[in-house]
Amino acid sequence: MRPSRRTLRGLVIPIVLFIAWEAGSRAGILPMDTMSRPSDIASAAHTGFADGSILLATWETCEAAFTGFAIAAVIGLLAGIVLGLTPRLERIVGPTVDALRPIPAVALIPLALMLFGFGLRMEASVIAFACVWPILIVTIAAVRGIEPRLLEVARALEMSFFARVLKIIVPAALGRIVVGLRLALGIALIVAVTVEIVLNPRGLGHGMMGAQQSLRPELMYAQLLWLALIGWLLNRLTLFLAAHWAGGAIDVDRAGPAL
Amino acid sequence: MIQAPVIEVRTVGMSFGNGTGARAVLTDISFDVVEGAFLCIVGPSGCGKTTLLRLLAGLLRTTTGVIRCHGEPVTVPSRDRAIIFQDYSKALLPWRTVANNVALALEACGVEEPERGAQVSALLRTMGLTRAADQYPSQLSGGMQQRVQIARCLAQRPRILLMDEPFGALDAITRQGLQDEVTRLALELGTTVVFITHDLEEAIYLGDHVIVLAANPGRIVERIEVGIARPRSQLATREDPRFLAHRHRLFDMLQDH
Repeated sequence: MRPSRRTLRGLVIPIVLFIAWEAGSRAGILPMDTMSRPSDIASAAHTGFADGSILLATWETCEAAFTGFAIAAVIGLLAGIVLGLTPRLERIVGPTVDALRPIPAVALIPLALMLFGFGLRMEASVIAFACVWPILIVTIAAVRGIEPRLLEVARALEMSFFARVLKIIVPAALGRIVVGLRLALGIALIVAVTVEIVLNPRGLGHGMMGAQQSLRPELMYAQLLWLALIGWLLNRLTLFLAAHWAGGAIDVDRAGPAL
Repeated sequence: MIQAPVIEVRTVGMSFGNGTGARAVLTDISFDVVEGAFLCIVGPSGCGKTTLLRLLAGLLRTTTGVIRCHGEPVTVPSRDRAIIFQDYSKALLPWRTVANNVALALEACGVEEPERGAQVSALLRTMGLTRAADQYPSQLSGGMQQRVQIARCLAQRPRILLMDEPFGALDAITRQGLQDEVTRLALELGTTVVFITHDLEEAIYLGDHVIVLAANPGRIVERIEVGIARPRSQLATREDPRFLAHRHRLFDMLQDH
């Protein structure tokens, strides 16, 4: 992806805002104790990256987000495919799913803490809970939406269950499944930072809380902006992967605006 | 010489739903098809002809009666019986190229590379698809897409070919070309064909035998032996007095029911 004219135009507003921010701060219009100067933020970021603390925190946050996401993806995809193919089972499982789904994932933090204590496992489990629903629901709908004729072709060819899943069902549903995965990945990052801010002593969320409590707003801003950049990169990455991975599937084109 | 029938259909009935809501779609259907024969089943829409073909394929189960292929009762689909659907665009995998769509059937049959590639090339050549090998189905015309589906069905080396109004959505010229190709291929390969259509002339032109179905409930009202030698020709055969006589008779038959 080369920087297009569109990307460059998109940078205009952030750059103007940063300049206005710096100027407003130097002119004494903006309060220094809550609105750090961009130049101070930059130097805090420089120190944070130089001593490795921000990178370590980034790794911890991403590790938890990806672990939780991966668990959710495996469970959500497998269960979604099975439930999508067997409406009878879906009718049995559906009400339970509907009852569990509205539980805010962060409400499970106390339970997860009891089960796993502080650390990666607790954080990843909460993230997995939050991510599994969009993946599951989108996968069920995607499998249901597969052209029935294709399933008949598979039956007429006496394909095994696994061949059917790998060669017909997954490729046919991929375009829509990718939408669910992208939604879930966004949620994974949100929940990771939330758990870290609330209580888990690791990652960027914890780092930001520490900076705020030790009255170092410029370090908090540095991590916040870094987090925004990570979120943006993650989104670009999934878009890129979706386009290449599911390139042949026409559904991706059709789902274009939703991506 | 009397041949044992390849397909035996015995007093088959089919209804959808149950209890008082049950609706009979087919009733008391019986016929035989011998090895290598080309049977056409013609009837108005709603006469259950597609249902009958799906029963033959094993995609549906009969409510009453029995269908046997090569002596075995049909209850599930078999690669021995290939089915060609009318809606070719839905029956092809849009994410696979033409060559890979044909390869799907060989993968299902357990044919490994490089044998698979060789067979795909041969089939594409047979169906005139060589130049389209790397294209996706959505890039092809309807006639070409139907060719891909036929190639995929031939790839599974079926002894029975079941065709559900395969040319119904094609223009007249494309249709006539494919009619002649399919009959020639079936003859060459010795494949038994059951061909569904709502087009009387198509049924007479293609079939050794024609069975006429009437609707509500679907039942057999006439069976004829066409008795015109092969190879047939789109012009001469259609002007043959026997062709015209059959056409008149069946036309009246469909009007009456």
